[in-house]
Amino acid sequence: MTATNVTFKVFRFDPEKDTEGRYQDYTLAVAPGETILNCVNRIKWEQDQTLAHRFSCGSAICGSCAMKINGHATLVCKTQAMDKVKDGVIRIDPIGNLKPLRDLVVDLTPFWKSFEKVEPWLAPDAHSAPEKERLQTPEQFAKIDNSTTCIMCAACFSDCNVLEVDKRYYGPATLAKAHRFIFDSRDARTEARLRKVTEETGVWDCTHCGECSTRCPTETKPLARINEIRQAAMKAGMHDTSGARHVLGFRETVGKRGLLDENYVPIRSVGFFNLAGLLSLAPVGLRMLARGKNPPFIPHSIEKAGEVRAIFAKREELNK
Amino acid sequence: MYSHDVVIVGSGLAGLRAAMELAGHLDVAVVTKVYPSRSHSGAAQGGVAAALGNMDGDTPEAHLYDTVKGSDFLADQDAAEILTSDAIRTIYEMEHFGCPFSRTPENKIAQRAFGGHSYQRACYSADRTGHALLHTLFEQTYRQGGNIQIYSEWYMLRLIVEEGIARGIVAMDIQTGRIEVFRAKTVLFATGGYGRAYKITSNAFANTGDGISAAYRAGIPLMDMEFVQFHPTGLYQHGILLSEAARGEGGYLLNGNGERFMQKYAPSKMELGPRDIVSRSEQTEINEGRGAGPNKDYVYLDLRHLGREKIMERLPQVYHLAKDFIGVDAAEAPVPIQPTAHYSMGGIPADKDCQVLLDEKGNKVTGFYAAGECSCISVHGANRLGTNSLLDALVFGRRAGKSILAATEGASFAPVDEKKELAAARREIDSLLHNGATEDLHAIREELKETMTLKVGVYRNGEQMKEAHGTIKELQARFVNVRVDDRRKNFNTNLLEALELGHMLEYSELIVAGAEVRTESRGAHARDDYPTRDDENWLAHTLAFRKDDGGYELKYKPVTITRFKPVERTY
Ligand SMILES: Cc1cc2nc3c(=O)[nH]c(=O)nc-3n(C[C@H](O)[C@H](O)[C@H](O)COP(=O)(O)OP(=O)(O)OC[C@H]3O[C@@H](n4cnc5c(N)ncnc54)[C@H](O)[C@@H]3O)c2cc1C
Ligand code: SF4
Ligand code: SF4
Repeated sequence: MTATNVTFKVFRFDPEKDTEGRYQDYTLAVAPGETILNCVNRIKWEQDQTLAHRFSCGSAICGSCAMKINGHATLVCKTQAMDKVKDGVIRIDPIGNLKPLRDLVVDLTPFWKSFEKVEPWLAPDAHSAPEKERLQTPEQFAKIDNSTTCIMCAACFSDCNVLEVDKRYYGPATLAKAHRFIFDSRDARTEARLRKVTEETGVWDCTHCGECSTRCPTETKPLARINEIRQAAMKAGMHDTSGARHVLGFRETVGKRGLLDENYVPIRSVGFFNLAGLLSLAPVGLRMLARGKNPPFIPHSIEKAGEVRAIFAKREELNK
Repeated sequence: MYSHDVVIVGSGLAGLRAAMELAGHLDVAVVTKVYPSRSHSGAAQGGVAAALGNMDGDTPEAHLYDTVKGSDFLADQDAAEILTSDAIRTIYEMEHFGCPFSRTPENKIAQRAFGGHSYQRACYSADRTGHALLHTLFEQTYRQGGNIQIYSEWYMLRLIVEEGIARGIVAMDIQTGRIEVFRAKTVLFATGGYGRAYKITSNAFANTGDGISAAYRAGIPLMDMEFVQFHPTGLYQHGILLSEAARGEGGYLLNGNGERFMQKYAPSKMELGPRDIVSRSEQTEINEGRGAGPNKDYVYLDLRHLGREKIMERLPQVYHLAKDFIGVDAAEAPVPIQPTAHYSMGGIPADKDCQVLLDEKGNKVTGFYAAGECSCISVHGANRLGTNSLLDALVFGRRAGKSILAATEGASFAPVDEKKELAAARREIDSLLHNGATEDLHAIREELKETMTLKVGVYRNGEQMKEAHGTIKELQARFVNVRVDDRRKNFNTNLLEALELGHMLEYSELIVAGAEVRTESRGAHARDDYPTRDDENWLAHTLAFRKDDGGYELKYKPVTITRFKPVERTY
């Protein structure tokens, strides 16, 4: 049970004098069981009072202390420091996709504003105002149990690949917030809410990278919630959105060829005749390409394509 | 200078609930040093009390009696009656706003047992009730849009009171360092508790009691500051709270010998005895050598018999805290715990309508209100029952909103000397930035917190408190030369921590002062040199006044007793 010396490479930035950030090293003897927040606090309190970071509850519920640890957004109060040491070093950066204000502090305005898009409050049927509580079955409560655990820490916002290239995207936490009302049996605006989040820059823009769920410190796990919204939208017959067409296109291409032609799917999803839509894809596509995130242009063949085709054929048959 | 009809400081349950009552009627601003969803209300786990009777034959009368008895008869019974009779409406209202509550098989709001309550009264949302309530109100602020102007990450520096009239506040924009006067017809403080003065505490780093001492500095007395509640289940060495729900769901408390020691102290309620009694029982076990671990300085919370499934369903947060913070799997091993400073019963004295009192005679401050944990109305007396404080923040937050609406409509702005107020705020900041810089901020803070936990903690006695008082005086003197290295204007959290420490040093002295003089044991104030309650001399509220020379003076005011004569409190 002895302490280990660890070097913390901490991002420092002061807009009043720096044009860009730099790293400062601090060495700390980390005790077993110590959280990263504890280490950062000790750096501030024992070594360098000028370090700025946010924290409050220290018990993983207020959502203040998300930082990037070795490049990934993490709620640092609930993260054991020794688990994150790589070659004696832990690198700490401010969370991403938001403008750094100073050191580890970022401007959260776009994050807070993103929630406005989904009108984040319960809208029950105005005609039924019961004297007591609205009834809800334990099963109905269970449907919103996960999405209501969100602590608005913005870890998901930080690491979302789509937000990196398209700031108009709703973002994972906001979609989880939408989920919380779409699946709340007491809400009366389910359809309107579903329509809204299936529009452009909503649920269908998610690339399924799964970063948000990996980074999420709670049970919210936004990707899972996004998938539930998508399924609900398809079930509700909302096929007339680019995303839904994407799904149908996906089914078509996989069904025909047994593999996913990702260069074909986006075009199918805006519709072949939607020229403006096609052009609007270009910047995102080009940027994704520049970052090496585009799928290869030549669809590579996979071994079991035949079996995949057979599965789809079977499904289609069952659907009939 | 900014100008708003009403300025609310604090965006926890009390502040936000008050703001909702005013939105659309008056120009209302909320000033808060953290974003609303970061307020400490969100950390509340176990539940919020109301005699809904969804599980049993509970009544508001029973709730009232439990509250008064829990308070060790120091609560003002007229105020407590408002709390308990408005509880049911409050919960239905929060449910209608969209709060996700756990449900019974009959699809109603689920309720569970809680310490000191004689029925299953705690409405809950798994074990994150405060989070569910706070986010529900935060959602409502989105609905209100521009009707509520929220100044997030603004730090209130001063309360402006002159000639018994509140005129506004001075605050600093944390993101830029800009200092502004906020002129207001009415000011509401909803600034939360002061538990951060203790080393082992369940309170957020933000709970430094700024509002309480800002009021004190503005000439308002503070009430019952010596009553600080210790929660029996703080995670060993961290102080982080493991919800009382853990005991409500059937968890055991074991000493180092594996005995359920509550058998000795509260045989009928066992683990579900009220907090003060359970905390003292733990401390007694530890003090008498029956603690666990190499230093015998903790006891155990044992959940193993509940089974993994029930633990994960009902107490997921408790499970994860034990796992992430000290690496204990609660389904397989008992969790090391110790008492942790948890709730501040004392605070800014206010009447039933939340208007702040100026003295022991009942004179009031015009245009100044307080609600939530920073206030002392006093519904909790010497000891708050768990789940009664979320309720307090909601009931009296709304009530404050209503009285403010009535008092502010048609009122005009009292004049403010902007220059003078800004200069005073700058003076305070300058005294922190430009001094001998010989004293370490963190060292002073740690010494204060350690002193409070060791000498003004679960058990107190005259000798130790005298030492503690001396230490605090010494620390106050050292603080004059506290070193603040950060000179930047934007996000200078070094400066903020120094400002907060100034508050902590100021009111900690009043905690000790009230406790030293009170030669009895009542509720959370337990003295081993005066182990019994003394109604003849001490059935009274303490009021600490600030004197011009910086010293204090203690006065007392009677307790309002309407229905229940004080009797001995046994469980
Ligand atoms: C871990 C924990 C668990 C709890 N569990 C329960 C429970 O199960 N049931 C129950 O009933 N109670 C519980 N409590 C108590 C309860 O949570 C609090 O008493 C209650 O939430 C207080 O609400 P509030 O609105 O008064 O203050 P808070 O929610 O603490 O809000 C205080 C506000 O004041 C602001 N503020 C403070 N100082 C300044 C300043 N200088 N400038 C600007 N803004 C400022 C802060 O930004 C914050 O918004 C618990 C408490 C803790 C610590
Ligand atoms: S899964 Fe979707 S929402 Fe989540 S990070 Fe990836 S792109 Fe963003
Ligand atoms: S969804 Fe998860 S990661 Fe995103 S803000 Fe909420 S809690 Fe944080």
